[in-house]
Amino acid sequence: MLATRVFGLVGRRAISTSACVRSHAGVVKTEDYSLPGYVDRRDYPLPDVAHVRTLSSSQKALKEKEKQPWSKLSSEEKVQLYHIKFNETFAKMNQSSNEWKTVIGAAMFFIGFSGLIVIWNKHYVYGPLPQTFSEEWVSMQTQRMLDMKVNPVQGFSAKWDYDKKEWKK
Amino acid sequence: MSVPVLAKPQLRGLLAKRLRIHIIAAFALSLGCATIYKFAVAEPRKKVYQNFYRRYDAVKDFEEMSQAGIFQYGKP
Repeated sequence: MLATRVFGLVGRRAISTSACVRSHAGVVKTEDYSLPGYVDRRDYPLPDVAHVRTLSSSQKALKEKEKQPWSKLSSEEKVQLYHIKFNETFAKMNQSSNEWKTVIGAAMFFIGFSGLIVIWNKHYVYGPLPQTFSEEWVSMQTQRMLDMKVNPVQGFSAKWDYDKKEWKK
Repeated sequence: MSVPVLAKPQLRGLLAKRLRIHIIAAFALSLGCATIYKFAVAEPRKKVYQNFYRRYDAVKDFEEMSQAGIFQYGKP
């Protein structure tokens, strides 16, 4: 009993909403982007709409002529009819361009500019290297690594000749 | 009909046919990679370790390291 009451309310509201929509249709303009559109795409060969929406008078005359046997149409007229329906031919649409050269060039230019920034940073921003990077410290470090026999099987100390005290050839 | 009838093209199982090649190739390549790794990397490494430890004297090694002075305890 209660369920039928609720259903009655819902049904009434649904009907009134659709009545509103129908009366509103003449007031709100449908935007172009909400209607089916034309695309030049290789993977969508037959678009939803024709390329030309409103035909000029000469195009209208051509469309009338199209209703007769097509052998009466000349080549130019056939091409015109094609371009009423489609914007670019497949050949033109699929044409590659030289844009990649611009892209690569611009990318390299900006990478080069970042290189300049890096150089400026090293010169003006960073402090001196720690003393552990100096030549003599590194040699002391290497000697200590060899004394400890770091990686004696296949790695670091394996390449040092302990008898002759030099790197193995 | 005067026009000869065309042979019916392959309609089904196209992906399966393509993938069979890929599956065989995947097996072959992975087995190949594993074999090459075994014989180019794993076996030589085992040999090097065997050779190293054949003549290895841990005590002598320790003495040498101790002489070089890297330990912080029990200096010579």
